[in-house]
Amino acid sequence: MKLKSTLENYLFVLPAVSIFTIFYIIPFFFVLRLSLFDWDGIGRISSATFVGLNNFKEILLQDPNWWEAMRNAGWITLIALTLQNALAFLLALACDREIKMKNFYRVIFFIPPILSEIVVGMVWRFIINDIDGANIVNRLLSHMGLGQFVHSWLSDPKTALTTVALVHSWKGFGWGFLIFLAGLQTIPAEFYEAARVDGANAWQSFRNITIPLLIPVIILVAILTILGTMQAFVLILGLVGGELAGHTSVPVLRILTVMRDSSRFSYSCSLGINLGIILVIISFIQYKFSERARNLA
Amino acid sequence: MSIYYQAKKTTINTLIHLFLLAVAVTCIYPLLWMVASSFKTQGTIFRDISLIPRQFHFENYYLALTQGDFGRYFLNSIFYTVSVVLGIVIVSSLAAYAFSRFKFPGKNLLFFMFMAAMMIPIPGSFVALYVLLNKLHLRNTPLGYILCMINVGLSTSIFLLKTFFDKMPQELEDAARIDGCSKLGIWWNVALPLSGPVLAVVVVFNALNVWNEYVLALIIFDNKNLMPLQRALMMFRGEFLTNYPLLMAGLTITALPIIILYLLMQKYIVKGVTSAVFE
Amino acid sequence: MFANKIICSLLLLFSMVGCAPQKETGKTAITIWHWMTDRAPALQELVKRYEAKTGIKVNFELYAPSDAYSQKVRAAAQGANLPDIFGILGEKRDFASFIRAGYILDLTPYMDENNSAWRNKFFAKALAVDEFSEGNSYGIDSGIYGVPIDIVTIQMVYNKTLLNQLGLNHQRPPQTFAEFLDIGKKIKAAKLQGLVSGWVETWMIDCFANNFAFNIMGKDKVLATIRGEVPYTDPDWIQVLTLFKQMQESGVLADGVVTMINKTAEQLFANGKAVFAFNGSWCVNVYKAMNPSLDYAAMLPPQASDKYPMAIWGGAGSSFMVNATSKNKEAAVRFLKWFTDTDQQAYLAEATNNLPANKESLRKIPEALASFSKAMDYSTHPNIWGVSEFPVVIEAWDRGIQSIILGEKTPEKVASEVQKIKERELAKKRVY
Repeated sequence: MKLKSTLENYLFVLPAVSIFTIFYIIPFFFVLRLSLFDWDGIGRISSATFVGLNNFKEILLQDPNWWEAMRNAGWITLIALTLQNALAFLLALACDREIKMKNFYRVIFFIPPILSEIVVGMVWRFIINDIDGANIVNRLLSHMGLGQFVHSWLSDPKTALTTVALVHSWKGFGWGFLIFLAGLQTIPAEFYEAARVDGANAWQSFRNITIPLLIPVIILVAILTILGTMQAFVLILGLVGGELAGHTSVPVLRILTVMRDSSRFSYSCSLGINLGIILVIISFIQYKFSERARNLA
Repeated sequence: MSIYYQAKKTTINTLIHLFLLAVAVTCIYPLLWMVASSFKTQGTIFRDISLIPRQFHFENYYLALTQGDFGRYFLNSIFYTVSVVLGIVIVSSLAAYAFSRFKFPGKNLLFFMFMAAMMIPIPGSFVALYVLLNKLHLRNTPLGYILCMINVGLSTSIFLLKTFFDKMPQELEDAARIDGCSKLGIWWNVALPLSGPVLAVVVVFNALNVWNEYVLALIIFDNKNLMPLQRALMMFRGEFLTNYPLLMAGLTITALPIIILYLLMQKYIVKGVTSAVFE
Repeated sequence: MFANKIICSLLLLFSMVGCAPQKETGKTAITIWHWMTDRAPALQELVKRYEAKTGIKVNFELYAPSDAYSQKVRAAAQGANLPDIFGILGEKRDFASFIRAGYILDLTPYMDENNSAWRNKFFAKALAVDEFSEGNSYGIDSGIYGVPIDIVTIQMVYNKTLLNQLGLNHQRPPQTFAEFLDIGKKIKAAKLQGLVSGWVETWMIDCFANNFAFNIMGKDKVLATIRGEVPYTDPDWIQVLTLFKQMQESGVLADGVVTMINKTAEQLFANGKAVFAFNGSWCVNVYKAMNPSLDYAAMLPPQASDKYPMAIWGGAGSSFMVNATSKNKEAAVRFLKWFTDTDQQAYLAEATNNLPANKESLRKIPEALASFSKAMDYSTHPNIWGVSEFPVVIEAWDRGIQSIILGEKTPEKVASEVQKIKERELAKKRVY
């Protein structure tokens, strides 16, 4: 009787667990295993040669393309952490006091995040690009008399990555905004009341109430930003179309390219693992950091 | 209250309003541009830079749907989205309910696995999925894509539903059980209906993800006829470079359903995000 | 109860959706996978003729675009379900991988029967692309493993109208590199674009650079470099790299050429915005569709040196291979023999504006196409050299050239970087 009941319980989780095992667990070990071999993706896997940790050695010591991609992703992440999240924070602050139009802005600001990266990439490419686009940014600059700043924003290697980072931020600030706003609303109004009674001005109550109470939220947003942005790449495909001689190369795009083009299939697995390890390390560091910050606040 | 203070307050308020408005405009402007361009022609699309086209060429949409085959891709996306959402709702609510209400050995371990999957990203997992699906003869099939996408949304959906079930009072379920209802019956007749709002969040989240998905579609599908919209767009751009109005029409066809879904359900999305984040 | 019904019907739906359509068994039917969208109608016509003649059904299945096609073929190789006939879009190295995995039928016996009747129909250079020679570096037994169905040469084209506009004689396009650079100034002054090409696709840069490498140092030295006997820091190689710097500085390259995909380049040239283009002979069909009144012709890349002849890449454009594990391989070979025979090749050439691989079929081809075929004598192709450069070296070389054009690196720097990578790969002793 008890056995039957327990078996019934398992049946409830069976579909989820089976799908999860087949499409997450097994591929996980697959990738681990393949990364230790040298397989070209064409012949039988059984005939691939075992190379141990050679792929990883190659990544660490002999793959400048990979680390260039990392640096590029780091740059986009940096811009996201600063510009994007600062903007999100300011907007959340602004909306927190604006009870009237708050809902309206909340709806609008979250529109970019719900669009697909392909749509965002193509629309912005169309807006910015000069060769196959409407070239609006440059036209605006010329109109305003700032003609000397006209650039091929997406094809000039010096500006391409930053342009990508800006579009990425445009798409992403809605998330930070939503979370910051929710965080701000959990701060009881009484705290501010008490502070005002005590004679604190806006800046002081901001520094002493808002910031300390929001530190966990800020750190959460930072972690989510880093994890998300380091893996971003579909936007680049839509916006730039490719790696632009490495200037807009990012890690996951690199993995895709290596997988499909150079017949070094198993090497792309090692790249994936490398990125995964780096992300886990970053998360861990952030976690430790947030523990310490939480204790301080 | 000095006049100076009043003036300062109003100026600050106005500046804040302008700031918010400016950002709101940059959010919407690209989309308006996209829609406006979809009504222009090859010749005028670069010269006529106004937001309201001088002439409305509705035939671009007809052409996109037929010549550009966007009608088929649209139906594909709908099919995948509905199938995946249905699949996730059933699979994750069954599992979440079990995790919340039942006791069985290994329960905590299994649940932990699902949560860990949310935190640990496997970059490039599509590489392994490519090989795996190939072995299972599920690559380039709708079923393969649907199952993969169900997996993508599992952890978060299970998390959201379990959290809800945990908070749900047990009386109704107890009553049903006394009435002789089976476990499955309780799940179907009591738990699911009560979880309406959370289910709405699960549905909208997953619908968004499937509709906007690109990478797995890229890896899994070779057959044009099976491709969903996002993948088709990239392919379209490669093949029909010259025809920008058509591309814009295609982009609008792709973006519009999502925007409409969002506008209708944005309350749920906000609730879902904030509840997932603030536990 | 109701729940059970729903779940059951959903499972049923899923399983139906997942099933692949059944193919009819019985009569022999040959399945061919291809990627050539614009040739699909012509191929269908030939299929009709074959069925009328032999009663055998042939199914040409189109998978486009070509990256989707590549992926499909590779996945099918992994899953061991390749069709009877297919093509391999990739390099000789990939071709070798497929052969090693046992998927490609050795066609040499068929080519050699009846006194090499089949073999002799083809341009030798076209067949060479599908051939592995004695002692090749890929470790493949020598033989012919594929059948070319058309020829492609990759050359420069120039717009006659624009050349006239610039005050030059369109009968005499630039012969030397110096002349070519000079035109750059005129192009800039006339606010036109110079040379367009899909140089975001690194293989096209590779091709262009390679042409000049043959011109400057000769075939033997180039092959010796690939074998590792000559370093990339050799002055001849640096001269090749410097050509790109000179082109960029003279203004003869179009803006953003390293970010251009070939389709954009084709568009710009077809619409009369660019004076020169670097493209393959398939462009005849493309330009005709984009702008039938375009007045242009093909030319060899302008010589940078007169020590050795200029080379262009040419050879088989597309090839088909027979699946060695197919049950219909004999029927497949018979079909390919018919398909590449004189009349069928002539039909394809006319209908799709591509050069035939069968040398007896050069009857009626349009003038623009003919100007491409005239340069076949100068043609070479990496697939016939017997050695392949390491892919990482090629990538570094091509990206290095892109950096030179973008003004970010000097030729010397790129050469030393490439050589470093080369030495590293040689040390690994990989077999290609």
